[in-house]
Amino acid sequence: MTIRSMLLAGAAAVLMTAGGAGAKTLVYCSEASPEGFDPAPYTSGTTFDASSHPVYDQLVEFKPGTTEIEPGLAESWDVSEDGLSYTFHLRKGVKFHSVDGFTPTRDFNADDVVFSFDRQGNKDNPYYEYAPGVSYEYYAGMDMPTIIKSIDKIDDYTVKFTLSEPNAPFLADMAMDFASIISKEYADKLAAEDRKADINNVPVGTGPFEFVAYQKDAVIRYKANPDYFKGKAPIDDLIFAITPDPAVRMQKLQAGECQIMPYPAPADLDALKSDPNIKVDEQPGLNVAYLAYNTTQKPFDDPKVRKALNMSINKQAIIDAVFQGAGQVAKNPIPPTMWSYNNAIQDDAYDPEAAKKMLDEAGVKDLEMNIWAMPVQRPYMPNARRTAELMQSDLAKVGVKANIVSYEWGEYLSKSKDPNRDGAVILGWTGDNGDPDNFLAVLLGCSAAESGANRAFWCNKDFDDLITKARQTNDMAERTKLYEQAQVVFKEQAPWDTIAHSTVFMPMSNKVTGYVMSPLGGHDFYGVDISE
Amino acid sequence: MSEVTETDIPAGTRRAQFAEFWFYYKENRGAVIALVVFALILLAAIFAPLLSSHGPDTQFRDALLAPPLSAGADGHFWLGTDAVGRDILARLLFGARYSLFVGVVVVLLALSVGVILGLFAGWFGGWVDTVIMRVMDIILAFPSLLLALVFVAVLGPGLVNAMIAIAIVYQPHFARLTRAAVLSEKNRDYVMAAQVAGAGNMRLMFRTVLPNCLAPLIVQATLSFSNAILDVAALGFLGMGAQPPTPEWGTMLSEAREFILRAWWVVTFPGLAILITVLAINLMGDGLRDALDPKLKRS
Amino acid sequence: MIRFFLGKILWLIPTLIGITIVAFGFVRVLPGDPVLLMAGERGLTPERHAELTHQLGFDRPIWVQYSDFLWKVLHGDLGDSLVTHKPVLHEFLTLFPATVELGLFAMVLAVVIGVPVGVLAAIKRGSWFDQISMGTALVGYSMPIFWWGLLLIILFSGILKWTPVSGRISLIYYFPNGTGFMLWDALMSGQKGALTSALSHLILPSIVLATIPLAVIARQTRSAMLEVLGEDYVRTARAKGMPPRRVVGVHALRNAMIPVITTIGLQVGMLMAGAILTETIFSWPGIGKWMVDSISRRDYPSVQGGLLMIAVIVMVVNLIVDLLYGLINPRIRHR
Repeated sequence: MTIRSMLLAGAAAVLMTAGGAGAKTLVYCSEASPEGFDPAPYTSGTTFDASSHPVYDQLVEFKPGTTEIEPGLAESWDVSEDGLSYTFHLRKGVKFHSVDGFTPTRDFNADDVVFSFDRQGNKDNPYYEYAPGVSYEYYAGMDMPTIIKSIDKIDDYTVKFTLSEPNAPFLADMAMDFASIISKEYADKLAAEDRKADINNVPVGTGPFEFVAYQKDAVIRYKANPDYFKGKAPIDDLIFAITPDPAVRMQKLQAGECQIMPYPAPADLDALKSDPNIKVDEQPGLNVAYLAYNTTQKPFDDPKVRKALNMSINKQAIIDAVFQGAGQVAKNPIPPTMWSYNNAIQDDAYDPEAAKKMLDEAGVKDLEMNIWAMPVQRPYMPNARRTAELMQSDLAKVGVKANIVSYEWGEYLSKSKDPNRDGAVILGWTGDNGDPDNFLAVLLGCSAAESGANRAFWCNKDFDDLITKARQTNDMAERTKLYEQAQVVFKEQAPWDTIAHSTVFMPMSNKVTGYVMSPLGGHDFYGVDISE
Repeated sequence: MSEVTETDIPAGTRRAQFAEFWFYYKENRGAVIALVVFALILLAAIFAPLLSSHGPDTQFRDALLAPPLSAGADGHFWLGTDAVGRDILARLLFGARYSLFVGVVVVLLALSVGVILGLFAGWFGGWVDTVIMRVMDIILAFPSLLLALVFVAVLGPGLVNAMIAIAIVYQPHFARLTRAAVLSEKNRDYVMAAQVAGAGNMRLMFRTVLPNCLAPLIVQATLSFSNAILDVAALGFLGMGAQPPTPEWGTMLSEAREFILRAWWVVTFPGLAILITVLAINLMGDGLRDALDPKLKRS
Repeated sequence: MIRFFLGKILWLIPTLIGITIVAFGFVRVLPGDPVLLMAGERGLTPERHAELTHQLGFDRPIWVQYSDFLWKVLHGDLGDSLVTHKPVLHEFLTLFPATVELGLFAMVLAVVIGVPVGVLAAIKRGSWFDQISMGTALVGYSMPIFWWGLLLIILFSGILKWTPVSGRISLIYYFPNGTGFMLWDALMSGQKGALTSALSHLILPSIVLATIPLAVIARQTRSAMLEVLGEDYVRTARAKGMPPRRVVGVHALRNAMIPVITTIGLQVGMLMAGAILTETIFSWPGIGKWMVDSISRRDYPSVQGGLLMIAVIVMVVNLIVDLLYGLINPRIRHR
C-alpha cells in the first residue's frame, strides 16, 4: 500500500509540474469516444459529456445534482397565462470561446439562440445538414417540430418561443443537451470558409471549459474558460482519457493515471471501495429496466397472467447476479428519485407457488414464450443476457418454458416494435429531463403503443387520460396527483415486469473534491477541485 | 503396368503404410503425449455428463463466484463458479464438445469446398482456374479474423454462423494446396494411363489424382483444426461467436472479462482449456507432418 | 525483369475490383439499419425514417450505389462515417499510424528474437535449448492472444505495476502537430522522458501482438536452416574445413533467409487480425478496434472503406514481398 501511495504521489507530482507552475489538471477516464463535438445531432451521453457539458450552455440549466431548473444563459423567463408562450431574458456580457482561426467580436445574444434552434427545425437553414448524414434526432425525438410553433427575437437580449399547445415539460426540455447554444458568428465564419463540418470538430461555446484538442479514440483536452459567467473553474486543465474497458479504467484510476472514472464494473466495486486512496460516490440512476409483455397477444392480454409471471421472477436474484448489488428492485415504471414517485404501491412479491396457482386459474398450461434479450450493455441493464438466463430458470420453476432470443441492436430495437412480436422484451429507459411525462407518456401512452415505443402495446384509456391531463397543466401539485394515480393503474394492469433501477457509481481519487453526480447521468466537471 | 492407383493397393500394403507412419510418428515424443492429451479431451467431451455432478447451465444462486475447490451445499466446485453460480468445470467439460465440434465442422467444410474448387481449378485450367483462383485471392487479401467478423455480422452472431464464416475464410488455403498438387500430378504417367484407359474427368479428379495429394492436405487440416478453435473462441470473445449461455470457451471468456480482477478463476480456466487443446492439436500436427513428409524423414 | 514486375502488378487489377465488390457487397447485406441505431431507444417515426434513409442515399438502386462508391473511391473519397460525419479516409489515416507503430514494433520484436532463436535451435538440433525454445514457440503459436493479453495486464500492470495500463503515452506529453507515430513524435519533441513513456506504453501490446509471428518465425527459421544445413554446398564447405561460424553465417543463413522473408511478409495479414484483438484488449486507438466498433455500430461507409484499405495494404505488402522474392531468387521469375 505504501508503495502504491508513493507511486500515486509521484504520478501526481509529475502531472503538476508538467501542467505548468501550479496548474491543476483533472484526468477523467471516459468510457468511449464522443461521436462529435456538436451535441445537437447526437443522442449519446458520452458525446454530451464531451460537448454540451464542458463547452456549451443552455438557456436554462439543471441545478447541479438535481432535475430542478435554474437560470443559464437566460437570466429569467415569463410564461404566458395560457402556457403557449415562453419569453426568455438573456444574460448580458457572456463571451464565446476563442479557438484557432476564430475570435468572437461580439457577446452572446438573441441571434445565437434563434440560430441554435432554427438550424435543427428549419430545412432552409444552411446548417440543417452541414455534413452528410447530419440530422437532429433528439430535437425530433422530443417532438420539438410539433411543439414549437415559432421562435422570435424580440430584441438583442429577449427571445420568445410560441408553442402549438400547452406543454408542461417544455422548460425542462430547454435545459437538455440538444438545446445547447452555439455561436452564430462562428457558424457564419465557417460557412464563409466552406468548412461547416468543423463546427462538429472544433466547438465554440460559452461553457466552463474551452476545447483544446482531440486525438481520435485516445485523448480529449480542454482548458478552463477564464471568462465563464459563473466564474473560472477551480481546475485549469481537463483531460478525457478514453478507456473503453471498465477493468482497465479501474486500474488506471488505482495507478493514478486518472482521478475519476464513470461506470465501474459492478464486480469491481468492493475492491474500489476498499482502496484507501479512492472514494466511491453513488446515486440511484434516473432509469428503469423492464420486461414488456406483448399485451395484445394471448395469454399475455390477461393482466392476471402477466401478474403471475411477474411473481414468478426473482428480481432480487437479478439485482444480485447481474447488477452485483448496484441497483434496486423496481416496482414502478419511474425511478424513486423522480417527483410523483408513488411509494405507497406494493410490488407483486416473488412467490412461485402463488404464481403457479394463478396461472392454473387463468387456464394457462404448458406455456412456452420468448424472452428478448438485448445484445448490448446499457446504463439501466449491465447484462440483458444474464438477466434472461435467470428469468428462464425462474420461469421453468412455474412450468413456463422460456426461449431466449436476441438480434443485432438496431434490429432488436425495430423488431421489438412490431405489434406481432412474439414474446416479452427486455429494455429500459434513461430519463432526459427529469419529468415523469418523459417516462410514462413516451413508454406507456396510447400514441406510443401505436408507434411501437410502447413495447407492451398497452393502451389503457384511464392511464392515458391521466397522463395527458398531467402534461397540459402547469400546476405541480395537480400533476403529482395525476401521475401517482397513473402508477396505480399501471401496477394493476402490469403491462411490464419492472425489473430494476440501476445505481450509478462514480469512483474517484480522494483528492477530488466538489464533484456532484447528476441524476440525469451526465458528467460535469465544473466546480471540481483537486486538493493536495 | 504402372496403372497403380491408390484404390488398387492391397490391404496389406495399407497396413504397412500405417505401420511406417506410426513408426515415424512415435519418434516424436511430444506428438505422442499430445495424442494422449487429445484423447483425454475427446473422452471428457463425450462423457461430460458423467464426469461432472453439475449441469453446465444449472445455477447455484447461493454460490455466485465461488472460488475453486470450494464446497457448497450442492457439492464441490473444483474450478469455482461463475457470476450466476454455474460450475466452471462442468461448463468447461461441455465446452470441449463445442470446441472440438467447431474444429471438425470447420475443417470438413473448408476441406471439402476447398478441395473441390482446387481440383476443378487445377484439372480444367483456363478460365475456370482463373475465376476460382481470383476469388480465392480476394478472400485471402482480407485478414481472416476481420473477414470472419464481417461474415458473422452479416449472418448474425451465433456458433453455426461463426463456423460457416471461418470455413469460408479457410477454404482458399485448401483450394490452393489442392490446385498446386493437382498441377504437379496431372501430367504424371499414372494419370495419363488412366486417361487413356478411358476414365472420365470426375473419376480422374477424385479417384486418381486426389488420393495422391492427401499428405499436404492432412497437415493443413490439422493446422486449420487448431486455428478454427482459436478463431471461434476469438469471435466468441468479441461477442460475435456462440451466444451465452452456451458454454463455449471463448464466450465464457468474454462473459468473464468483467471479473478479471475480482475472480481470476472465471478468466483463467477457459483460456487454459483453449491453450491446452490447441497446443495438443498443434503438437499432433507436427508429428503428422514429420511422419508424412518424406524429405524430413531422411534428414 | 520489368515484365515480371508489370505482370504481377497488372494481375492485381481484377483482384482489386473484386475487393471493392466484396467490401461494398458485404456492407449492403449487413442486417440492421444504421438509421435506427442513430435514434436508439427513442426511436423515430416512419416518415422521419424514410427521410433519413433518403438523405443517406440508402434508397437508391444497389448498382447506382455501387458505381457511385467506385467512382468516389477512384477519386480518393471513401464516403463519410455515419457516426462522426467525417470522411472515412481521414478517420482511417488518423488511426493508421497507431496500428503501424504497434505492428512494426511487434514485427521487429518477432524478427529480432525469432530469427536468432531459430538459427541457434537449428545448429544445436536436439539440445535442451532446441527443445525448450521450440516447445515455447509451439505454446506461443497455440496461444489465444486475447486471453494472453488479459493475463499480462493482470500481472504487469495490476500486480507488479511495471507497465502503464493502457494508452499510448503519458497524458502529460502532448504533441499538437504530431505525425501520429508516438515514438517518433516523442523523440522529436525532445521532452525528457517522453520516449521512455511511449516505449513503456508500447511494450505489453507489442508482446501480445508479436507472440504468434514470433513463434512462426522461430519455427520457420529453424526448419529453413535445417534444410540448408543438409544441402551439399554446406556440407562441402564444412568438409573443406571452413569454421562453423562462417558456414552458418555466410552460406546457410543467407539461403535460409529466403523462405523466412516470405514468412515475415505473410505475417502482415496475420498481424492485422491480431491487431483487432490486441487493440480491443489494450484500448489502443488503431484500425483494428475502429473496425470492430464500426461493424457493431453498423457504420456502413467506415466498414466498407476500412475493408478496402486494409485489403489493399495487405495486397501491396504481399506484392512487395513477391517482388523482393523475385529479386533474391531469380529462378522464380522464369517459372
